[in-house]
Amino acid sequence: MKNPILAALSGLLFALGLGLAGMTDPAKVLAFLDFAGAWDPSLAFVMAGGMTTYGLARLLVLRRGAPVLGGSFPTFPKTRPDARLLAGAALFGIGWGLAGWCPGPAVTSIGAGADHLLLFVGAMLAGMGLFHAWEKRRQARTGVVEPACPT
Amino acid sequence: MHPFVSALAGGVLIGAASALLLLTHGRVAGISGIVGGLLAPARGELGWRAAFVAGLVGGGLLLRLLSPGAIGAPVAGAGAAIAAGLLVGFGSRLGNGCTSGHGVCGLSRGSIRSLAATLTFMATAAATVFVARHVLGA
Repeated sequence: MKNPILAALSGLLFALGLGLAGMTDPAKVLAFLDFAGAWDPSLAFVMAGGMTTYGLARLLVLRRGAPVLGGSFPTFPKTRPDARLLAGAALFGIGWGLAGWCPGPAVTSIGAGADHLLLFVGAMLAGMGLFHAWEKRRQARTGVVEPACPT
Repeated sequence: MHPFVSALAGGVLIGAASALLLLTHGRVAGISGIVGGLLAPARGELGWRAAFVAGLVGGGLLLRLLSPGAIGAPVAGAGAAIAAGLLVGFGSRLGNGCTSGHGVCGLSRGSIRSLAATLTFMATAAATVFVARHVLGA
């Protein structure tokens, strides 16, 4: 079972966190990634705060046998890094470094309506669609089905 | 507020939001996975994903009211924005996650895959900024 109000509330809190953290300002993100320039280390604290909070809360949540709305907690079929993981992360990083947007901040910024952000989001959706089409062809050709991603 | 403090507080909020999604829906708050799953939704998967994304967009609108400077102006030109979007979209799906799924949720459960992905995308992002700013832009 799912509850759209609670899912939307998660999304809303997530967006407010991104904004408070400074992740929705591409200039700040690029300054965080610019180790050879005027490096702004503050965004490292976003990861620290997020990891600590989620890490502790996750341990409490998993003491329940199942999620509040039913179903089950995610399982992770792969445990070791592989070429797909590293190639995907490498491409993702290049895109992140080019524009200063990753998916969360980009979607959060849609309402501000900046032209280039909307181009980015459209291209991001196209890139995801392209991946799905590519993956379908690869599976048909090789017969190898990748385990499902937990989200 | 000092930028380190607001970044930490923002991170705490992101972690709490992710924990709420895990507690209620049993799902990992990885934005690329949630958005990607909207494009070809399995049965029963559309509603919560659409609601989460609507919450993100609504949160962005609320940010504009509360703190107009929070959503910064784009830095990339049109061509770079399109190239970046394609790379972020394709790469995050191929690599099973982005900054949220690997960088927050994955790292905090001690996943070796998420650690490898995070180190990789941090390295290529920093290299891209280095080339754009200090090699080509110099």
